[in-house]
Amino acid sequence: MEVLANNLQVLFQGLALGSIYALVALGFVLIIRATNVVNFAQGDFAMLGGYAMVLFLVGMPGNPELHLPGFEMHLPYWLAIVLAAGVMAIIGVAFNYGVYYPLRNRPFLPVLISTLGASIFLQNTILALFNPQPRPLDKLINIDGVTIGGVFLDSQYLVILVFTILAVAFQYFFFEHTLIGKKLQATSQDKDMARLLGIPVTWMIIITFVYSSVLGGMAGILVAPILFVSIGMGSTIALKAFAATIIGGFGDVAGAIVGGIIIGVIESFAAYYISVPYKDAYAFLALFLVLLFRPQGIFGEKVSEKA
Amino acid sequence: MNDATTKPGAAIPAKLVVSQSNALNLVVIAVCAIAFPLIPYALHVSDYVLNIFMNSVTYAMAVLGMVVVLGYAGQINLAQAAFFGIGAYAVGLGTMAWGLHFWLSFALGMGAAAIAGLVLGLTTLRLGGHYLAMITISFQQIFDLVLVNWIEVTHGPDGIPGIETPTLFGLHLTDKRAYLLFCAAVLYLLLWFVWWLPKTRLGRAMRAVRDNELAAETIGVHTLRTKVIAFTISAVLGGIGGALYAAGFSYISPDNFNFLRSVEFLTAALLGGVSSPFGAALGTVLIVLLPEWLRFLKSLYLAVYGLGVILIMVFMPEGIWGLLRGAFHRVSKPRIPVVTSVAPLDFAVKEPVDRPILKLTNLQKHFGGLKAVDGIDIEVAHGTVHALIGPNGSGKTTSLNVVNGIYRPTAGSIILDGVDVTQMKPHARAGLGMGRTFQNIRLFPTMTALENVMVGGQRDNNPIHDGRDALVARALSALDFVGILDRAHAIVRNLPYGHQRLVEIARALAGHPKLLLLDEPGAGLNQTEKQELVALLKRLRGHGLTIFLIDHDMGVVEKLSDKITVLNFGKKIAEGAPQEVLRHPDVIAAYLGEGPTTNAAARA
Repeated sequence: MEVLANNLQVLFQGLALGSIYALVALGFVLIIRATNVVNFAQGDFAMLGGYAMVLFLVGMPGNPELHLPGFEMHLPYWLAIVLAAGVMAIIGVAFNYGVYYPLRNRPFLPVLISTLGASIFLQNTILALFNPQPRPLDKLINIDGVTIGGVFLDSQYLVILVFTILAVAFQYFFFEHTLIGKKLQATSQDKDMARLLGIPVTWMIIITFVYSSVLGGMAGILVAPILFVSIGMGSTIALKAFAATIIGGFGDVAGAIVGGIIIGVIESFAAYYISVPYKDAYAFLALFLVLLFRPQGIFGEKVSEKA
Repeated sequence: MNDATTKPGAAIPAKLVVSQSNALNLVVIAVCAIAFPLIPYALHVSDYVLNIFMNSVTYAMAVLGMVVVLGYAGQINLAQAAFFGIGAYAVGLGTMAWGLHFWLSFALGMGAAAIAGLVLGLTTLRLGGHYLAMITISFQQIFDLVLVNWIEVTHGPDGIPGIETPTLFGLHLTDKRAYLLFCAAVLYLLLWFVWWLPKTRLGRAMRAVRDNELAAETIGVHTLRTKVIAFTISAVLGGIGGALYAAGFSYISPDNFNFLRSVEFLTAALLGGVSSPFGAALGTVLIVLLPEWLRFLKSLYLAVYGLGVILIMVFMPEGIWGLLRGAFHRVSKPRIPVVTSVAPLDFAVKEPVDRPILKLTNLQKHFGGLKAVDGIDIEVAHGTVHALIGPNGSGKTTSLNVVNGIYRPTAGSIILDGVDVTQMKPHARAGLGMGRTFQNIRLFPTMTALENVMVGGQRDNNPIHDGRDALVARALSALDFVGILDRAHAIVRNLPYGHQRLVEIARALAGHPKLLLLDEPGAGLNQTEKQELVALLKRLRGHGLTIFLIDHDMGVVEKLSDKITVLNFGKKIAEGAPQEVLRHPDVIAAYLGEGPTTNAAARA
């Protein structure tokens, strides 16, 4: 009985962690589909979301070396989330114009490297503004959680699961049942044709960047109370989210979610049963295996070059 | 010039002489190269400065690896620091923990890097692109985790101190300056190798893969093998750099080989110029020196560095070396060798045999529910021009893509001159003499016309002599045959459309095709160009070449073809001599729609 409860506990944590990967992976997939670009700074959106919360809930420590004074700020949690989402939206627009737009007509490799540069830029700008000390963040709900049948359900994990379900439902509705969603789909499938039909492609891509930036930021905000807010938090999450997109099927929305959850669960169980220090390696091992035996992923690749 | 005319063809490559400006270049480079490692001897430099030299030299080797894999073959590698680390840990652990000789450890490091590169390359290079970026990062992360956590073997985060410099031919390189000199010599050797590589068969194949992988595969380049070799060479260069680094600094720890270092190698290559080894060396020196120069930025340095990466991608896609070279070429036009005479193109067409050159049996290609090709049978007879026509969407190009191996057929078989090629990859089919051109021209845009055609000539089993001279001669003959010999040294990207089409045909001809597949050769040409094309294709037929072509232009098809097959909705609806097929009621109906013709057919 206790074994079962333990396993359920591990499964629950895996699902919650996997949801975070799924959220970031979803952002990945949307950008891949709209622009054919793999955004290596996707994880840093999560990191930025976390730091935006730190900014609004605690303040900024400042950097004496750069003569930046520190200050404190203590806004209510809900307002901080709204403001953080706004910050993420602005970052999404800036990212589009600063990183993607100048290179939009170039092959994928320069754009990929450019997003890598953006990742380094974002991480180190934050490092200069805040110090390297990882920061804790309060939970969204001020209770520990509930215990059901010997399994402890942490409130933050529950929040993550609920948010993920809502986000997926929203996304489904938005893309399949609204005009703007259809336009976004058209843009991602054939930019030139979409443009000829009068769809403002540039705007659609901006919307995509804003959406995935906000989504990434929310993932960061949700996971921060569990993992702490740190400069490197995004990189680890992003790599696993990317592994999730490949396992699920490159460019497939459902695949990203399923892949993310699979990775979260594998990681959770492997850390429990095998070893904790190598926790981050299991996702990659799973990825290697998938690439060896089913390189098109569970749902099949959705982005491919025509001969 | 006179002797070139007496020995047609073969003597031309020797005429690609080093011009004066090139000679000057070489002298400047040689002087800099020799002076660089001697600076520590001439000036009394501190250990700190010596370390900067050491860093530059060993990093440059890893960056040269990036030139091969990214610059030449166009494949990303974000784990170069891991390969660098494999070399370093082989020397560190080999000499310190396992008591092995330095050079044995060095060799082990190279071997381990090669194996790691090979395995990683084989598993992911068939996917390419984004996957490769991801997998190399994963490998880098796992390598990092292992270095830090597998303490019993790697000594963990504390690293390995006390690594000693080696002895070479009885010479103790204990003096850091002497060791630096030795490393510089190794670097120059590698620099020469990487500079020489693009001019080889393998190097051309790599560049072809970078410029257009699909075209490279269909004209006979084993693209996967080429990519894996490029990746492995890159890993080995990283390994060599790391091995020498370990002894140069006598202490290594996991921090030296993390992801950020991989990005640094990548940035150095991009900054200097990723397709040039000299640019890479320059970029490395800059990347090592930049933190020293930009110290005033303090904690913002890395942020500025990240911004710099984006700016390089936007404003300097060819790096500093590209800018320098561009400026240099504007001042002194590089001399292009004049080709005076070449041997006529030899087609080596075999005596006609009874069996068809190409035999398609019940060929099918379905995409989900769509039956693009739905069970066609075609025989292309030796020495004929066979045209495949049909309305838009009738399955012509799909058929050609299946014949040539870009698509696997859903069912049916493809026999090329008696050999079943149904399961073969495109490059293997090209190796058996299947040549092809594309509707939307697919050349290697950054290479010269001559190089493009040479890649076509270097297919497996091409009946020409071994060696570069024969290949060049073959390529020049092919260019001459299509009438653009004078453009041999032009970069094809700069050629007009009509000429590009001719280069593509010449590229296919250089491989002695038994069967030439032409996908709408007249597409996009004006009337004059079209007439020239028809004349060219007639000459090809005159030489006994077998051609299977698709075209929309009935004028072209009627003038050229011995036999026409008509497709509609993936099925063959008519076949025969041009005159009868073009008057066939079903064919007219397919092109012009149903109506009176159908009635006429019914009445008749």
